[in-house]
Amino acid sequence: MAVDDRDIEAAKRRCRRYRHRILDISQRVSALHVAPAFSCIEIVDAVYNILMRRDPDGALLLDGFVMSKGHGVMAQYVALEDLGIMPTAEVERYCQPDGLLGAHPDYGNPGIEASTGSLGHGLAIAAGMAYADRLQGKAERDTYVVIGDGEAQEGSIWEAVMMAPNLGLGNLVVFLDFNDYQGLGRTTETHPHFYPVAEKVAAFGWEAVDIDGHDTSAIVAAVAGRRRDRPLMAVCRTVKGKGVSFMIDAPIWHYRSPNPAEYAQALAELAAEEGMA
Amino acid sequence: MRNTFADTFYELGKADERLAVVVADISPAGSIARFREDFPERFVNTGVAEQVMIGLCAGMAMRGMRPFAYTIATFAVFRPYEMIRCDLCYQDLPVTVVGIGGGVTYSTLGATHHAMEDVALMTGLPNMSVIAPCDPAEAAAATRWLATENHHPAYLRLGKAGEPDLTSGAEPFVVGRIRTLRAGRGTAFLSYGPITKTALELADRIGERDGVPATVVSVHTIKPLDAEGIARILATHDRVVTIEEHVPHGGLASRVKEIAFDTRASCEVATFTLQDSFVHCYGSHADLLARHGLSATAIGTAIGL
Repeated sequence: MAVDDRDIEAAKRRCRRYRHRILDISQRVSALHVAPAFSCIEIVDAVYNILMRRDPDGALLLDGFVMSKGHGVMAQYVALEDLGIMPTAEVERYCQPDGLLGAHPDYGNPGIEASTGSLGHGLAIAAGMAYADRLQGKAERDTYVVIGDGEAQEGSIWEAVMMAPNLGLGNLVVFLDFNDYQGLGRTTETHPHFYPVAEKVAAFGWEAVDIDGHDTSAIVAAVAGRRRDRPLMAVCRTVKGKGVSFMIDAPIWHYRSPNPAEYAQALAELAAEEGMA
Repeated sequence: MRNTFADTFYELGKADERLAVVVADISPAGSIARFREDFPERFVNTGVAEQVMIGLCAGMAMRGMRPFAYTIATFAVFRPYEMIRCDLCYQDLPVTVVGIGGGVTYSTLGATHHAMEDVALMTGLPNMSVIAPCDPAEAAAATRWLATENHHPAYLRLGKAGEPDLTSGAEPFVVGRIRTLRAGRGTAFLSYGPITKTALELADRIGERDGVPATVVSVHTIKPLDAEGIARILATHDRVVTIEEHVPHGGLASRVKEIAFDTRASCEVATFTLQDSFVHCYGSHADLLARHGLSATAIGTAIGL
């Protein structure tokens, strides 16, 4: 699988559209995880639009995806909406009492394959999916997971990191959204000895690579070029709040929705980026 | 009980490729060892790691399998409780958590190994069923139901090996229905798990003394609890005695009292449970139960025998 310049331009357009859409939704609710969604937009876009296989009609996704950092779900909602899997009416009713969608993924909603929100759950679940696929003769089905770097502090993540290579899960691909932020500050300050991560994961029997998590071609290349005899973890250097200057490196945007002036500025920045493209 | 579970699971697993067992470093007893040899891919050992045991089961269930997570009850329930809640119950997946050594079975190992509050915790979870068989035959029947008919998360609370048969000749085992092991009058004993044996012993003594047999009921399904069946027992007896190897709160004792209140029952209700405390006693299972006040002698005295 390779992507050309046209594919990359298309991905950039989609990602700008997703960010714009998330900002629109943010104007209807008081709280929304904007920044944590923005850091993984390119990853989620690449998974849904480039990496995942579709059935011949194009509607059904044949691979699996678990958003283990559940607070990144807005990225998932808008990408699924774009694919026609998530009804626009539901995205419009985000966090409304008559709607389906909340601030974390809820299993059974369109395109949502696991309920997360409590951190440290999605990796083991995805490993179970990947293992069952292999047992059932469907090892060609890949399961993709996005975990957060703060989330990687959960002990359960390390139980799963230790277990997945034992099961030979070459059909499991994990993206670690290394945006370097958690509730109380930088993850590199909370756990400075945890970094660099890739070598530690590799020591557990994974294939591990370091990539720019906003570079679609790097994301695709890491997955396409993998060994497939063991799980892959791509440690994705990302920027929390990517795309909107005032959200970058400002922890308040983990949970806040922009006010009308901030919203206008954010849209102007996205438009300027569009103009440069 | 443990071996009966294993035998039953082996036979069912031979016929149904969706069945798998995920253990956390527990030595596979009896037929589970055979299952491991015959179906190595459907036997997974996560090592000393219970959270991933539950998470793996959840993912496998999402792909159409019917996994059983299996380890010592304390580690099956307490350590990965949030995984059971979010992965299994919130997503309503057909995964059975099997806890062996329910109650104070592992008597010499200390309270780290005593599952005294597991029923309270597990019955508190939406979508969860809780089944605690009283003997090997009930364990087999429960395993069959869990593997073939159940489509939701469940907790199977087992004892150890070598429990006596308590239910031959009793009415059929039906999940969600209380099961009369012995029909009588006057006094009724409600119990679950291997300690049901004590209820039968006490009922025998009442029968010998009074010439009127006492009723003994296996409340093997703690959730969903057969409230109607229990209300019927409360309405038709002068005295209802509950006996369970579990702390006072959140088990059968408190539920029976709730039902008695809700149905304005006029009978006497006496409840016998483990104490609300960690007992620092290291002896046999019977020694531990006695220290908690759950010996047949202590209960007999308390109910005037």
